Amino acid sequence: MDEQLLEVQDLEVAFATEDGLVRAVSGVSFTVSRGEVVAIVGESGSGKSVTVMTLMGLTRSPNSRFAGTARLRGEDLVSASEEQLEDIRGKEIAMIFQDPISSLSPVQRVGAQIVEQIRAHENISKAAALDRAIELMGRVGIPNARERARAYPHEFSGGMRQRVMIAMALSLSPSVLIADEPTTALDVTIQAQILDEIRQLSAESDAGVIFVTHDLGVVADIADRVLVMYAGRLVEQGTVDEIFYDPQHPYTWGLLGSVTRVDRDPPRRLPAIPGQPPSLVATPEGCAFRPRCPHAFDRCRELPPLAPRLAEAPGHLDRCWLAPSDKRARREVAGRIGLSEEAAAS
Amino acid sequence: MTENDTLVARPQPDGQQPLLQAEHVQLFFPIRSGDLIGRTIGAVHAVDDVSLSLMEGHTLGIVGESGCGKSTLARCLVRLLEPTGGTLRFHDTDITHLGRKSLQPFRREVQLVFQDPVSSLNPRKRVGQIVGTPMRLHGVRRGEVPSRVRELLERVGLNPEHVNRFPHEFSGGQRQRIGVARALATNPRLIVLDEPVSALDVSIQAQVINLLDDLQDDFNLSYVFIAHDLSVVRHFSDQIAVMYLGKFMEVSPAAELYHKPIHPYTEALLSAIPIPDPRENRDRERRVIGGEPPNPISPPPGCRFHTRCPRATDICKEVEPPLAEYAEGHLAACHHPLNVGSAEISAATRSPLSPLSAGSVMPGGREEAAPGTPLPGVSRVTAGPGESPDGQDGAG
Repeated sequence: MDEQLLEVQDLEVAFATEDGLVRAVSGVSFTVSRGEVVAIVGESGSGKSVTVMTLMGLTRSPNSRFAGTARLRGEDLVSASEEQLEDIRGKEIAMIFQDPISSLSPVQRVGAQIVEQIRAHENISKAAALDRAIELMGRVGIPNARERARAYPHEFSGGMRQRVMIAMALSLSPSVLIADEPTTALDVTIQAQILDEIRQLSAESDAGVIFVTHDLGVVADIADRVLVMYAGRLVEQGTVDEIFYDPQHPYTWGLLGSVTRVDRDPPRRLPAIPGQPPSLVATPEGCAFRPRCPHAFDRCRELPPLAPRLAEAPGHLDRCWLAPSDKRARREVAGRIGLSEEAAAS
Repeated sequence: MTENDTLVARPQPDGQQPLLQAEHVQLFFPIRSGDLIGRTIGAVHAVDDVSLSLMEGHTLGIVGESGCGKSTLARCLVRLLEPTGGTLRFHDTDITHLGRKSLQPFRREVQLVFQDPVSSLNPRKRVGQIVGTPMRLHGVRRGEVPSRVRELLERVGLNPEHVNRFPHEFSGGQRQRIGVARALATNPRLIVLDEPVSALDVSIQAQVINLLDDLQDDFNLSYVFIAHDLSVVRHFSDQIAVMYLGKFMEVSPAAELYHKPIHPYTEALLSAIPIPDPRENRDRERRVIGGEPPNPISPPPGCRFHTRCPRATDICKEVEPPLAEYAEGHLAACHHPLNVGSAEISAATRSPLSPLSAGSVMPGGREEAAPGTPLPGVSRVTAGPGESPDGQDGAG
């Protein structure tokens, strides 16, 4: 059961731009096991999408620089050749994108698009591949799959298109499925349907799922483990309960504090994290959250390592110098008064 | 909730006039045939008989899924679109069909903040121009503009030194603040906020919501707040209207809607939102409704939600339910209301905000006919489902 499918070690991704080197991902390490849903949470620009796109080999360009490894069942995705990647992509690791309309070809019937992917990896007849495509479309909840396979993407609604994307991603039973904000563009009732679908499919197929999102409600709903990213680094990592009930990093407190909840009466003022996320060209030295952190002190000028700091939870890692007892006390105060009053943006 | 908090389109007991009032507003987009003649062969029923009234200083939240007509309604309310039917009144003035010139004074009073802070700001204009132009257009003297612009930028939490910057030099949250400053430039009484925070990150959302909250108090603003889910509007709405396929399904005082949703669609929306609390999420009984909203070109007859509703029966397929008014101004258009007892059901009255096409059957099977004549000054469009209760009209 606890077989590790994917092991990412010290992944670094940087892009050379006119403004300088953008360090999008710095020293990210994590693992994904069989049947596990790992959520990556963070705001825009935190590096969560770049991390998963790199696993798919989609960030390769003359301007990008990589370091570290990402081993998928022993094979390194970062240093793999294009030919090797072509073989792995779709078959061993597949991805569902945020925007299904721009991820599907508008001039090809959806059935044919799924068939194409299957036949790129397996030597089977068109008819057999189409049968499998139709079966998959039915499995992800597309009614009249046989007829709908002949339709074009524009004839589908947003939710149905996302189901087509899921069917395509599952067509070769990949061992790792990456979902990059798959429900962000969807309405809540459709989101609930798609989340149910993904949860059920990951349980059935025993694949590992990496779920990228900025919505903490979705995280609480679907994730087993959570990685919190800020300015290209992991700042905290733990099981979903550890992150929600005993968050260790002040940034995680801020994230949790600024969510609105439908099941509670709202506070008079929403606790907001003051300021803006830092630029990735000139990330502040030491802890990147320091300029926005109300608990920062001298030592924060030095980058804290991502390490377990709680004796009772060795799998719960965080990147903050504060002592755990100190954190709990401060967090309680922060929870009561809100992390801080909204500060004027500079 | 006091009496004048209710959203009822009748004179308020203390004589206070609503700021904005919509009576049976409809907006249909015609669909033309592709041939040379371009005949109208159908219509998208984007907003279909919506009535509301907003009191000064209050906030009305309008919630619905994509395609339900909420943004079209917002554009009607600020008269960017001209309604195809019904009446719009802004503080005594009938603005339904006013022309460009006569709308000018109204434009100053009502402003709009858009969802997308990138495409709603002109990339070639400096912030000073973006915020200053509405002031000049509405009669602030040229010499006073720069100082007022700086004042406003400071008020919305931007550095007044940045007047000469371009929109691309700001982050998403800051750009949305520019949009808010521009809306405030004419000193309006009503701001329609069309999903003002849905493009922003959560931590930034909270900053902008708190800002809007402060501005409302400082300038005694009224808001119409459009959102696609129920979690954000809760924070500062006095009333919330839930919209589905062009019609209001439920209108309620804000807090009550979350404790006591009466319409099954509202309950479905609430239950679809995942709670950011893993244990409670696991324990919660989630009712995921299947299906998708039907096509607004040929909306289903009867109750528009019946194709997806877990409680639907035969009557829902035939008779459109009127908006029944329960205690404390809580309205719902449903034959099988949730969370109300039989006493509440028999005490409910037919709200004058009910669509004209609604049937006479109240929840519990009681008959309560609509007032004999439509409200004065209300014109109907011939393509309306009122004349064609099977709702199949225009399905070309």
